[in-house]
Amino acid sequence: MNLFYFVAFLSIFFSLLVIFSKNPVYSVLYLIVTFFTFSIHYILLNAQFLAIVNFIVYMGAILVLFLYVLMLLNLNKESEPMKSNLLKVVGVIAGLCLLLTVAGSLKLLHASDPVLLKNPDIGLVRNLGKVLFKEFLLPFEVSSILLLSAMVGAVLLAKKDITKV
Amino acid sequence: MELTFVIEKVVLVSVIFLITLGIAAYSTLAERKIAGYIQGRVGPHRAGPFGVFQPLADGGKMFFKEEIIPSQSNPFLFIAAPCLALLTASIGSAVIPWGQDVTIGDRVIQLQVANINVGILYIFGVVSLGVYGIMIAGWSSNNKYSLMGSVRAASQNISYEIAMGLSLIALLMVTQTLSLREIAEQQNGFWQNGWFSWNFFCQPIGFLIFLVCSFAECNRTPFDLPESENELVAGYHTEYSGFKLGAFLFSEYINMFVSSAVMSTLYFGGYNFPFMNDLGLSANIIAVLGVLFLFAKIFFFIFFFMWIRWTVPRFRYDQLMNLGWKVLIPLSIANIVVTGIWITVKDLL
Repeated sequence: MNLFYFVAFLSIFFSLLVIFSKNPVYSVLYLIVTFFTFSIHYILLNAQFLAIVNFIVYMGAILVLFLYVLMLLNLNKESEPMKSNLLKVVGVIAGLCLLLTVAGSLKLLHASDPVLLKNPDIGLVRNLGKVLFKEFLLPFEVSSILLLSAMVGAVLLAKKDITKV
Repeated sequence: MELTFVIEKVVLVSVIFLITLGIAAYSTLAERKIAGYIQGRVGPHRAGPFGVFQPLADGGKMFFKEEIIPSQSNPFLFIAAPCLALLTASIGSAVIPWGQDVTIGDRVIQLQVANINVGILYIFGVVSLGVYGIMIAGWSSNNKYSLMGSVRAASQNISYEIAMGLSLIALLMVTQTLSLREIAEQQNGFWQNGWFSWNFFCQPIGFLIFLVCSFAECNRTPFDLPESENELVAGYHTEYSGFKLGAFLFSEYINMFVSSAVMSTLYFGGYNFPFMNDLGLSANIIAVLGVLFLFAKIFFFIFFFMWIRWTVPRFRYDQLMNLGWKVLIPLSIANIVVTGIWITVKDLL
């Protein structure tokens, strides 16, 4: 339990650093560390597959691309567009509203009540695969089609001249 | 956790780490000797007999050179990048099974640091982290050539990871497990049930794709675009000097060693060797012989890496991308489909 609190502290600490660091490249680097702590959380929950997929997909691929884009843009303090105070105030209000909504909906779900899994080994690859392909086959396939269509959409958007397709 | 277990693992980790460093150091000598042989030269031969002390001399030179940190760079990340490169290169060896269990007295010792049941995915994750050291090095040097090198490294690694992952999926369909230990055990001996037991003979195309992708992931020629010296000076390590440069070069050789070990384990039977069950030797001797055979396979692959380096010239960047996206990925998907059909048909027969 103490380990959980330590890792949870690290997650919150690094995610705050993501927001507060001035340099966007530092933000991404802190985000990588934050995702690493998430992987540790998954391992503590005995969800090996989720942990390692989080490791590969988020740390190994998505954040590499984030870093790639930010390095090319080379943002720094001088070139950062100054936002007006009105925008900042609106942003704070919108953020607080989102926080309120999320907190309220989580309270309705009783997410803080302890959940006992019927099968504590559900996070291991073999069990997870069986559940996904037997009980939740339709949602699984639908979400894969959703991902595929998003990919096709991204390729289409990236084409310079659509008429040539 | 009992004390003997901790001691056992600490000893194993230190031995593997020292062996990794030793092999990485002597790979530099081997590379220069092989380059010399291929180009009709002698290679280094001054430091000791046949130049065997050359790696020590090189290391000493690296230590005593001046450390330069460019004034416009980001000093913290500039120093962190080579450390990260070394770290991500070395942690991959943790899940490789180096040999069969050794029994001393009544204690069974596993020659593997961590027997996790998602071993392949762990290797894959570590490989995908390897690019961070290069990217951070390129960005923090604040140099256009370095930035170009790190951008190339990032896009190259992302592109080849996909084909690598797909070739591994076909392998998983054959082996039905993600644990490297079980994969090594399945390839016991050399001949089983009327066919070769090594996975290479079930997955030759998968192995070819994996081999090409590991060349790309290690940034070895013909895929060393991130550091191509005649376009980008030296790419991501242009600004590095002294031991920080040494750390980058070292991590490249460690990467080569680890990926050779992974290839031997996944496709070439790991610590298994032909006729291992017919010799009538005790289990411990077979385990020791198995470790030796695994290292022989690893050395062969390291030699293969060097052989390719001095034979095949560097690709152009568009050729690299075409090979990755238009050849390797469709080929690996076709390999998955063929493997799936073969597994189904085999059960029907």
